[in-house]
Amino acid sequence: MIDKTVGSAAEAVAGIDDGAVVMIGGFGEVGSPIELIHALIDQGAKDLTAINNNTGNGEVGLAALIGNGQVRKMICSYPRSSHSKLFPELFRAGKIELDLVPQGTLAERIRAGGAGIPAFYTPSSLGTPLAEAKEIREFDGRPYVMEPWLKADFALVKCETADRMGNLVYNKTARNFSPLMCMAAKTTIVQARHIVEPGEIDPEHVITPGIFVDRIVEIGEPLQESLLIAEGRRYP
Amino acid sequence: MTLPENGEARVAVGWSREEMAARAAEDIPDGSYVNLGIGIPEMVAKFVPAGREFIYHTENGLLGMGPPPAPGSEDPELINAGKRAVTTVPGACFFHHADSFAMIRGGHIDVCVLGAMQVSATGDLANWSTGAPGAIPAVGGAMDLVAGVDTIFVITQHVTKTGEPKIVEHCTYPLTGQGVVSRIFTNLAVIDVTPEGLALVELGPGITLEEVREKTGAPLRASS
Repeated sequence: MIDKTVGSAAEAVAGIDDGAVVMIGGFGEVGSPIELIHALIDQGAKDLTAINNNTGNGEVGLAALIGNGQVRKMICSYPRSSHSKLFPELFRAGKIELDLVPQGTLAERIRAGGAGIPAFYTPSSLGTPLAEAKEIREFDGRPYVMEPWLKADFALVKCETADRMGNLVYNKTARNFSPLMCMAAKTTIVQARHIVEPGEIDPEHVITPGIFVDRIVEIGEPLQESLLIAEGRRYP
Repeated sequence: MTLPENGEARVAVGWSREEMAARAAEDIPDGSYVNLGIGIPEMVAKFVPAGREFIYHTENGLLGMGPPPAPGSEDPELINAGKRAVTTVPGACFFHHADSFAMIRGGHIDVCVLGAMQVSATGDLANWSTGAPGAIPAVGGAMDLVAGVDTIFVITQHVTKTGEPKIVEHCTYPLTGQGVVSRIFTNLAVIDVTPEGLALVELGPGITLEEVREKTGAPLRASS
């Protein structure tokens, strides 16, 4: 019987090795799998390459993973926000690498990784510093920038509802990069607010088909990053 | 033009931030799919001209974005690209980031309104980094928006806080895109970027062409 559910966040993140490439869902705190990230902090894997739209806020979640020195390189589109401080400190001190990618290019590179497309051409970033040293090719008389796929060893994502087959449904704008990351990782690890019986999710409403998911842990009441920050909390 | 209701007090000369947003809204056709950048561009949604309907796209995965919710009724998983709480209008839909940027890059969004650090006479836009040492570069979705959306409006103060022109012959900051801006709405004037250079569309109240020319870092023709 296929049953991808596991009993705890610690069990879910087991086997993430030093040096792994880890995609982490979320747009800011929305959709961020904070319990899985905290379990990864407890687990201690280091020299990670982390892929997320941002670089975390305050001293919890992704920011705490970075602040704990576990991330060697960050691939993201927007490493700056009103509550980000740990990444900027490490970046200015030269202790973390940054690969800055336009947001749509980041999404499409991840999608391509999951879809088996090694590269594609995009008009985004043409004529800017982010296109320097990249291959340019003309199609229908217009130049485009070649961008390679992005793949990962692991993806950590949060969803609203899952079944044991791995079918996922998200909530509102918490979907963002997560369905793409589920496709692009060798091992996709999901924290779900609810786990339901197969068949309870209408097949027409499945957003991530179960084939893209490997491990699911139920986290019924996930922490909310902005509330933790407002309370001055930090992890660990 | 439509004056903002319950808005800021009218500035003595030129346009206020809200009036700039209202002026830009006047130039968006009925039925447009619109993406609004962070800051003054967000205010455009408050000034939809009577009889028109715009559908707002936010690149973090929502088409049919509504106004901010009443305080206390925010949904923590319903935000815009500026990470502020928003609502949905009837007929709204959610989607993942690759679909969202397919809407942008694929030419399906009609108008995008952005802020600017600098705009050049040929429509180059710089709005993501000063390139200064120690600055944290952050591009977000701006490069995809300017590359994929046909009509790019810029709303910006005409000069910087220290009085330097923001509309220049050539941008000195790192570019977001080349030749992408169609029309510029400032506190002093509305200016078109044309193949022949910058052309005045309209002067703000109490503003003279000479003053606008003095504060613009590139030649400005009197009309398009």
